[in-house]
Amino acid sequence: MKPSRGWFAAKRIVSAVPLVFGVVAATFLLTRLLPGDPAAFFTNTPGAGAAEIAEVRHNLGLDRSLPEQFVIYLVNLAHGDLGQSLISGQSVAADLMERLPASLELTVIAFVLACAVGLPLGIFAALRPGSIIDHTCRIVSTAGVSTPVFVSGLLLIYVFYYLLGWAPDPVGRLDPYLNAPPHLTGLLIVDGLLAGDLNSTLSSVKQLILPSATMALFALAPLARMMRGSMIAVLGSEFIRTARALGLPRRKIIMTYALRNALLPVITTLGMVFSYMLGANVLVEKVFAWPGIGAYALNALISLDYAPVQGFILLMACLYVVLNLMVDLIYSFIDPRVGLAE
Amino acid sequence: MTASTRYTRHSFYVLTENSLTLVSVVLFSIILLLAIIGPTIAPYDPLTTNTASSLMPPSALHWFGTDQLGRDICSRVLVATRLDLVIAASAVSISFVIGSLLGAICGYYEGFLDWLIGRGIDVMMAFPLFVLAMALVAALGNTVVNIVYATAIINIPFYFRLARAEINVRRHSGYVEAARLSGNSNARIILTYLLPNALPTLVVQISINMGWAILNAAGLSFIGLGVRPPTAEWGIMVAQGAVLVIGGQWWVALFPGLALMIVVFCFNLLGDALRDIVDPRRRT
Repeated sequence: MKPSRGWFAAKRIVSAVPLVFGVVAATFLLTRLLPGDPAAFFTNTPGAGAAEIAEVRHNLGLDRSLPEQFVIYLVNLAHGDLGQSLISGQSVAADLMERLPASLELTVIAFVLACAVGLPLGIFAALRPGSIIDHTCRIVSTAGVSTPVFVSGLLLIYVFYYLLGWAPDPVGRLDPYLNAPPHLTGLLIVDGLLAGDLNSTLSSVKQLILPSATMALFALAPLARMMRGSMIAVLGSEFIRTARALGLPRRKIIMTYALRNALLPVITTLGMVFSYMLGANVLVEKVFAWPGIGAYALNALISLDYAPVQGFILLMACLYVVLNLMVDLIYSFIDPRVGLAE
Repeated sequence: MTASTRYTRHSFYVLTENSLTLVSVVLFSIILLLAIIGPTIAPYDPLTTNTASSLMPPSALHWFGTDQLGRDICSRVLVATRLDLVIAASAVSISFVIGSLLGAICGYYEGFLDWLIGRGIDVMMAFPLFVLAMALVAALGNTVVNIVYATAIINIPFYFRLARAEINVRRHSGYVEAARLSGNSNARIILTYLLPNALPTLVVQISINMGWAILNAAGLSFIGLGVRPPTAEWGIMVAQGAVLVIGGQWWVALFPGLALMIVVFCFNLLGDALRDIVDPRRRT
């Protein structure tokens, strides 16, 4: 078949399948290593005998061989069954779905913020190397990667909540005195707008500012740095020199010729940025008591409730695989050369 | 000119060529010194509690103030330097040794083993790394040693990929063929001919990874994994101060946080400087 973009995209999608399988297998193996005997946990009756524990173990399928258990795990997974949380008493899948919107809202806004600040910063730094904006870019990006999110989050709380009093209580997603808008998407900003409830939309935006800024600060650094580096490389290339020699307007050279080419390597680093952000998510949620999946998994981890931890890890890994897949697909559609070089 | 003066001259040139390199080397030496002598120069015992003087802001008596239990934060930050550096350094050495050896073997022999390990590494990289570290600590058990292992495991892919690529492109080069013809075993070729050539790239990675490893380990102890109180460690100290920030008691969380920032900053600068020396084309 003639190599084409569609072919490339199809191949890339197919290549994600064994990866997802690998992720599921790795999660399964990790959770078999987890300490604690689920059978002993499920036998609630105090003083349960060895016979009863053995029976529960049999019912849970824990007395079978590892491959058999893996198949059972896969079948359950196919039914969307991630097990039961011991703390909440609900199914893990339901718990995760309930909390996922909170994490998504935070991460997406942080990502948009990071792009909105990081990319222009990198571009302007590249246009005037050695200028004030270039130094700002270097300082911000070095400080950004060197500051742990839990420290920058606390600093922002201190300055904007305690000292200036601009930010609301850094706890949760909504002013505690407001009622949450009717649950539609779970994204409070969207739900608030849909319900026409401007108060709760405003409140949820206010609550979001500090945590998303904290995360953006961390994600912005690699973005600005990559953008600057790749823009400098492109601006020094032959075709830009040609365009300049031909007397094309500066704006056109930068926006049309340079920027489009310089964005490509930045897009490939997005995968790394997402890995940072999904990890940082857990820490930011802890600092701001944000009721997302990271905080949920942490609580479960500390109370030795392992099914939610397992579900969380699987969900995060699957999200990350899908994000990387999307990055590659976007790349293949932006760069007309993809698929032609083979 | 003797070899040693030439070496000194070259080092001097490297250090002064970029002022940031000099700064990072000086900073690194200071941090290393503090890690060694920290416990002896700490003005107070890091574990002695004194509830009479709890939560005092920074003063001449307690430079960084005191925490909830009246412990001197300055002493605790100083003493913690060693633990934080040891955790990161042991994790990075483990991942360096395992990652580069595996990478070298895979790059040299190729074949099924290479395919298998390569796919395993792909699966590891399919997890957000901090989340994978959390999962590993949960699975292996909640101890400091397991923080080291978890941090080591999530960093292995970087060394593996670098070493594999570096060895793979060189494995048919002239000097390797020559070494093979003169009767060197495969193991000897990998260890004495190929790995030393890949070393500069790997060393840069080590320096960049150190900062990463420190952040990762501190992040894990911040969320309550690994290091247990009352041990002095930066991540857990920030966690202890976190609840006080809302009430305006900033010093409990700030100083250990600042220590983390400075150390990670230093390793990042050092990594950039080393990369400039090893590969001037990638200078940004």
